[in-house]
Amino acid sequence: MKILVPVKRVVDYNVKVRVKSDASDVELANVKMSMNPFDEIAVEEAVRLKEAGIATEVIAVSAGVLNCQETLRTAMAIGADRGILIQTDIELQPLAVAKLLKAVCEKEKPQIVLCGKQAIDDDANQTGQMLAGLMNWPQATFASKIVVAGQLATVTREIDGGLETVEVPLPAVLTADLRLNEPRYATLPNIMKAKRKPLETTNPAALGVDVTPRLKTLKVAEPAKRTAGIKVADAAALVMKLKTEAKVI
Amino acid sequence: MAILVIAEHDNTSIKAATLNAVTAATKIGGDVHLLVAGSACAAAAEAAARIAGVSKVLVADAGHYADQSPENLAALVVANAAAYACLLAGATTIGKNFMPRVAALLDVAQISEIVAVESPDTFVRPIYAGNVVATVRSTDPIKVITVRATAFEAAGEGGSAVIESLPAGPDLAQSRLVGRELTKSERPELTAAKVIVAGGRGLGSGENFHKLLEPLADKLGAALGASRAAVDAGFVPNDYQVGQTGKIVAPQLYIAVGISGAIQHLAGMKDSKVIVAINKDAEAPIFQVADYGLVGDLFDVLPALLKELG
Repeated sequence: MKILVPVKRVVDYNVKVRVKSDASDVELANVKMSMNPFDEIAVEEAVRLKEAGIATEVIAVSAGVLNCQETLRTAMAIGADRGILIQTDIELQPLAVAKLLKAVCEKEKPQIVLCGKQAIDDDANQTGQMLAGLMNWPQATFASKIVVAGQLATVTREIDGGLETVEVPLPAVLTADLRLNEPRYATLPNIMKAKRKPLETTNPAALGVDVTPRLKTLKVAEPAKRTAGIKVADAAALVMKLKTEAKVI
Repeated sequence: MAILVIAEHDNTSIKAATLNAVTAATKIGGDVHLLVAGSACAAAAEAAARIAGVSKVLVADAGHYADQSPENLAALVVANAAAYACLLAGATTIGKNFMPRVAALLDVAQISEIVAVESPDTFVRPIYAGNVVATVRSTDPIKVITVRATAFEAAGEGGSAVIESLPAGPDLAQSRLVGRELTKSERPELTAAKVIVAGGRGLGSGENFHKLLEPLADKLGAALGASRAAVDAGFVPNDYQVGQTGKIVAPQLYIAVGISGAIQHLAGMKDSKVIVAINKDAEAPIFQVADYGLVGDLFDVLPALLKELG
């Protein structure tokens, strides 16, 4: 069984992003980039399924600029067997990525596509669900537990009211939530080994996909900042402020 | 052209997030219709018809809509989308699950978690955990949108929409619900609560979390929330989590106890009207957004606070 894991190169989660002076985008020059944390969880889960003898091959795929190669190498250092880069300098939106992934799925025929539930840059939370729709496959999003047996995945999902368990026949798209696992640290030998793993490069035109953006960003801005208020000395002072000043209790 | 809001419901009543989505729809402008897809869901449809601002309720009642599986729900929405300029749903775990599937099947973009409507094709949405807001324009013929509940008032009652039944689509029989483990609580729902008491890793254990925060929540009629750290440490279940990937809340009063204030947490609560932070570390980032900060050991402060509240 093949598992395909899409990975996105995003601004590292520790970086405090800044808006460019012309308000066209956030500043991406000289900013630390990393694999989207949810995608890292997805890679880890796929590798664990391979280690458990359920998956036979884990393929990482990334779409974007040439430097996405680094993200693929990271995925291969965690344990993915090979990488596919869909190289383009065009801004990719979730629908375009889903179409690119569909083209890869038709070629690679994975039984499971395991995505991160959302990317921490655009916070869109769309790509996995869109791919499932385009493939007419079942989907199980926001997974905190995945059990694969035969042609069936049993997935525990994090939902607003608690947890829910669904069964999906394979092939299917699953998306990883925070508590699915804790990704391992890539060891130095594995990082070295990842450099020698196969990395194939293609592009949207070769896959026959039109990736023209559908949404135009008119401007970006920093939201109105909250300012720090006051420090109160003790519980009595706090209760008084809440009653007489804020009037919220 | 009309707007279709896909209702979230439990077959008997309409969930709060749908009311906020209806308000967003009225801001876009046009006739607002509501789709209720469920099983034996007549009561939910009647409740939907009473929502102010809704002119028509479409009901698809069939056994295979009982659990609102994303595949069946998306197919039904797509089959009925042609008459609409906009499709809206709340940005809940249900809306986030099926709406992108709808967008893909219609070959249009989705605009996720809008917080403002600038015009019928231009919307504001947070990116980078709410540290940046983007204004985006859609060029697609149908706008598929999810709505951040806290950014729009809830639509009121007093409507009298007509109810029409809609033929059900086929059962795609793809994902199958096995069961749900829902957290049972007498407290208000986190996303709709006026007051929230939230705890972090500073509480030290699940036992302390409940022992110290529950009396305070009871006293204030508050919902209980938690930081990711507290959930990861197993103090409370996942549905308590407030933050970028948990719940987005904006109560009148948010009391953060033993929460340091990672940006991912702040993303979920910084639109609260009044924020109180109780933390022993005076340098904790939570104090930068708190209206009232109390530096102290929560194990001393909380009992004193309870006493003061009488």
